[in-house]
Amino acid sequence: MKKFISALLVVCLAACLFTGCGKKEETTTIYVYNWGQYIAEGDDDSIDVIAEFEKKYPNIKVQYSTFDSNETMYAKLKNGGITVDVVFPSDYMIGRMRQEGMLLELNYDNIPNAKYVDDSYRGLAFDPEDKFSVPYTWGTVGIIYNSKYVDEADVTGWELLWNEKYAGKILMFDNSRDAFGIAQYLLGYSVNTTDSAELQACTDKLAQQKPVVQQYVMDQIFDAMENEEAYIAPYYAGDYLTMVEENPDLRFYRPEDQGFNIFVDGICIPTCAKEKEAAETFINFLLDPEICAQNLDYLGYSVPETEAKQYLDEELVANDIAYPSQEQLRNASSFDFLPEETSREMESLFMTVRNG
Amino acid sequence: MKKTKSVLLSAPYLAWMVVFTLVPLGVVAYYALTDPATGVFTLGNLRNLGMYLPVLWNSIAYSLVSAFICLLLGYPVAYYIAHCRQTAQKFLYMLVMLPMCMSFLLRTLAWVGLLQDTGIINTMLAKIGLPRLRLIRTPAAVVLGMVYNYLPYMILPLYATLMKIDRRLIEAAEDLGCTPVQTFCKVVFPLSMPGILSGMTMVFVPAVSTFYISQKLGGTDTVLIGDVIERQFKQGNNPNLGAALSLVLMLLVFVCTGIMNRFGGGEEEVVV
Repeated sequence: MKKFISALLVVCLAACLFTGCGKKEETTTIYVYNWGQYIAEGDDDSIDVIAEFEKKYPNIKVQYSTFDSNETMYAKLKNGGITVDVVFPSDYMIGRMRQEGMLLELNYDNIPNAKYVDDSYRGLAFDPEDKFSVPYTWGTVGIIYNSKYVDEADVTGWELLWNEKYAGKILMFDNSRDAFGIAQYLLGYSVNTTDSAELQACTDKLAQQKPVVQQYVMDQIFDAMENEEAYIAPYYAGDYLTMVEENPDLRFYRPEDQGFNIFVDGICIPTCAKEKEAAETFINFLLDPEICAQNLDYLGYSVPETEAKQYLDEELVANDIAYPSQEQLRNASSFDFLPEETSREMESLFMTVRNG
Repeated sequence: MKKTKSVLLSAPYLAWMVVFTLVPLGVVAYYALTDPATGVFTLGNLRNLGMYLPVLWNSIAYSLVSAFICLLLGYPVAYYIAHCRQTAQKFLYMLVMLPMCMSFLLRTLAWVGLLQDTGIINTMLAKIGLPRLRLIRTPAAVVLGMVYNYLPYMILPLYATLMKIDRRLIEAAEDLGCTPVQTFCKVVFPLSMPGILSGMTMVFVPAVSTFYISQKLGGTDTVLIGDVIERQFKQGNNPNLGAALSLVLMLLVFVCTGIMNRFGGGEEEVVV
């Protein structure tokens, strides 16, 4: 009897094994590589975008991983050896990756929801024919500060990040493009300069800032600002809206006269992708106005689809931190992609600031 | 016959060494000696290393200081454990090992939580009316992180050596009229030299190449060579320079351990 039962169990186990295999063959896995804290994951009553997607398309599984800056993501893809089906670079990085042949052309037959994207976010300089990218979000860069510790009178512009009064309480971008951008706005240069002398002047400016900087950070900024470990940090407007919910003393300031960065983050399929069609299905899902609105409502970043705004919280749509007016954007500029030598030069100059 | 048997037995390990140590080393050397843009042979990566010398020097200083502090803290502990009863020894040995069961990254992050300006220590100080201290993002915090994380690597080899010292030698020294201090200086300490050296090496080598500890506990000015290397791969997108720096670091570690072993070897001969 005992033998019979064990034999039966073995058969059952084996059967389970085979059914398991059978199912596996039908599902495809897509590898999604996104910024940290850049998709709603179901906390605080938000939508869990990936779970919703897998519910709607049960035969596609999503493997999700994150990066903390365009440069990190670029280095990882460039070094090769990994599979990524969907990636979320910013404007200038899309331009660079497109130029270097790192992106696949999108098949819009699989992305019908692309029609909802507003015209003002299509055909931009980094991808003039919209062949390689669709926009995910857009936003601006400004200074986040804690009104409990920072004197309003000091909040005059980017020079706040150099203010010795707050030495050790200032955070700074840990990526070359954003960090140089701030120095360029402060010194009055173009953010798309290729001039070595100007880049050198920015390097000196950033080196001069180093003694007052607490840490060079990206995603750790959330913790540091919410817990008041640091008082001042330049970051993205959308993330400010997330942080202020945790710490209501935080404020956001855009140096409108000096200029600041306005960016569009896109969704692309890199050449190392293995499941292009499933990736396009995922992109299409993200562009669905209702999903887009629920996702970005949580993230605080701005939606590139007017159609999606009807599903958004009215307060958020009226908020000029997320949706600045044309007047507020008068001096905003976007990062164009730079020639490869300039990108390299900027990266190595930033390394000298960090290591010096 | 015996020889072929031993070759066969060691084959899996040798294959492992070749595939996962020698081949990657070759890859590192290849990257270090090629140009990032064109991929042709060049010494350019090595030529630029001059600017990283201060950082390299810094890293060596930090790791040496940490290794010495580990020795000062670890020696009495190892000595004590080695002289306990058998059961107590096992228990204490386990206690030394215990922190290593938890992730090194988590343990370092726990220190951040303790030391930061809004951390546990400073919050408590503020509660009882004392001024807050600047604990984190100082050189001392980096050394603390290194000592805390690598102390077991010092204690374990020291304990192993101290335990093996023949008790009869100590008794003989005492019989011949040595004071306890003399016994320690002339018998125990020289005999434990191999343990000290392997402990120093086992602390120094991981400490000199660390980047996580300095990034979490250090400030913007406590940059170590490990940080620089990590950044070349992660953000700098210059694996070639990173590889060149790793190669130099590796050579340096070899030289340092070589010097230590030589110095130690001499000592041992004196004892024998």
